Amino acid sequence: MILSCENLTLGYESHPAVHHLNFEIEQGALLALVGPNGAGKSTLLKGLMGQVSPLEGCINLELERSDIAYLPQQSHVDRDFPISVQEMVAMGAWRHTGAFGRLRSRHKRQVSSALNQLGLAGFEKRMISTLSGGQMQRVLFARLLVQEADMILLDEPFTGVDSRTSHDLLHLISTWSEQGKTIIAVLHDLEQVKNHFPQSLLLSRESIAFGNTEDVLTEENWLKARQLNEAFDEHAGHCATH
Amino acid sequence: MFEFLISPFTEFSFMQRALVGCIAISLSSAPIGVFLMLRRMSLTGDAMAHAILPGAAVGFLIAGLSIEAMTIGGIVAGCTVAVLSGMVSRITEVAEDASMAAFYLISLAVGVLIISTNGSQVDLLHVLFGSALALNDEALYLLGGICCLTLFTLASVFRPLVLECMDRLFLQSVSGLSPVAHFSFLVLVVINLVGGFNALGTLMSVGMMILPSAAARYWVKSLDLLLVLSCFLAIFSCYVGLLLSYHVAWPTGPAIILILGGLYVLSFSVGTNGSILRYLSKPKHLSA
Repeated sequence: MILSCENLTLGYESHPAVHHLNFEIEQGALLALVGPNGAGKSTLLKGLMGQVSPLEGCINLELERSDIAYLPQQSHVDRDFPISVQEMVAMGAWRHTGAFGRLRSRHKRQVSSALNQLGLAGFEKRMISTLSGGQMQRVLFARLLVQEADMILLDEPFTGVDSRTSHDLLHLISTWSEQGKTIIAVLHDLEQVKNHFPQSLLLSRESIAFGNTEDVLTEENWLKARQLNEAFDEHAGHCATH
Repeated sequence: MFEFLISPFTEFSFMQRALVGCIAISLSSAPIGVFLMLRRMSLTGDAMAHAILPGAAVGFLIAGLSIEAMTIGGIVAGCTVAVLSGMVSRITEVAEDASMAAFYLISLAVGVLIISTNGSQVDLLHVLFGSALALNDEALYLLGGICCLTLFTLASVFRPLVLECMDRLFLQSVSGLSPVAHFSFLVLVVINLVGGFNALGTLMSVGMMILPSAAARYWVKSLDLLLVLSCFLAIFSCYVGLLLSYHVAWPTGPAIILILGGLYVLSFSVGTNGSILRYLSKPKHLSA
């Protein structure tokens, strides 16, 4: 068991974004997090990264946090910052270089190989401000490659990306899975989930269903998810479930 | 020509001291300004300049026109505002510009109150507008020290600071240095403003931070060139501003900042990177 959540509640200022989650996954799992907007999917990823502390319950990880790589939504990256593609991807070697270490030739080769693998050869010196949304997503995936993490968390990796790029990135995700890496991805395209992700967790501020994708993504479960996605209530009372 | 351009600096030690002091401020303030601009915090420098006023005023009340006392007071007041506004925005999730504005206004009000009840307007003018042509040894050591500390700290936190500006979530996912980069940067802003007030005054020292980077952005695209060009523009403006001050008897602080202002206008008019000229000239588009 590489990850287990016990009665996990995550949120902000005592308001749960998602509560009373119980699930566990094995190493090498390829898990899709699905659910309506505001269901708590991104907050769960931030919780797994340690960026949001549990309000209740706990997260048990059988690996160090430094072994987890995280792809935030693209909107969190300042695309106007004057930095080149090569420098951006090289940030993935942080685990080896830290804040002060020199980028060694091994890391430079890794960066070059990651750029080639993502079809970005020749883009090394380009500023990230000149890239399209799809190219930028390829850059962020190249950085993930350089990170060499055992667990990879992806927050809406295909938003604003064309079908060709989605196809290439999905292929890369499958390769990672075959290598034994654990992948958890927040996704909205249910066809993608059905075709490429064997396991799913349907969230709607709580766990609606967890398990094999075909058993999770049923009409009945989706209906339940939509009904349960109650809005943030400033005057909500204390949660009765513990 | 030599007489006009060089001899003021060879003949008069007060001009040499002013030039050395201004070069030190240029080398430390201009890079700070680049990061302020890239973080879209350009006006934060202005806010912080107001925030250090009560500290400098208390320093003046305790020890008179003593650089040490006013500097320590300014740093304490500035850091207090920086840390409080940073903490409030991180804990309460209110945007940092709002908490910064609230704290600097409180600080400014306290400063003006202290000065108006205990000092005179002449003292306030010194703090606001400085006197670059009257830098003594203490002031030069202070400016040199601040310059060294700033460059050393920037070099130390450079990588986390870049990530903090560009992709904070990634930085937080690989390291716990996000708050270190953020707060050490704010402290650098404060000490540079405090250092600058001796030569240029609190309000003018903000110009030394913001204008070089704002002008440089119209000429270069990469971060390293932005840093180098900003420093160069700042030093050039100091040199020309001091010459003007010497030959035309303009006050030094405004002369330097006006030269920087002129360079900024020139840059956004004819710069090679997104200037008005580039917009109007509409060159033929490239093939790819």
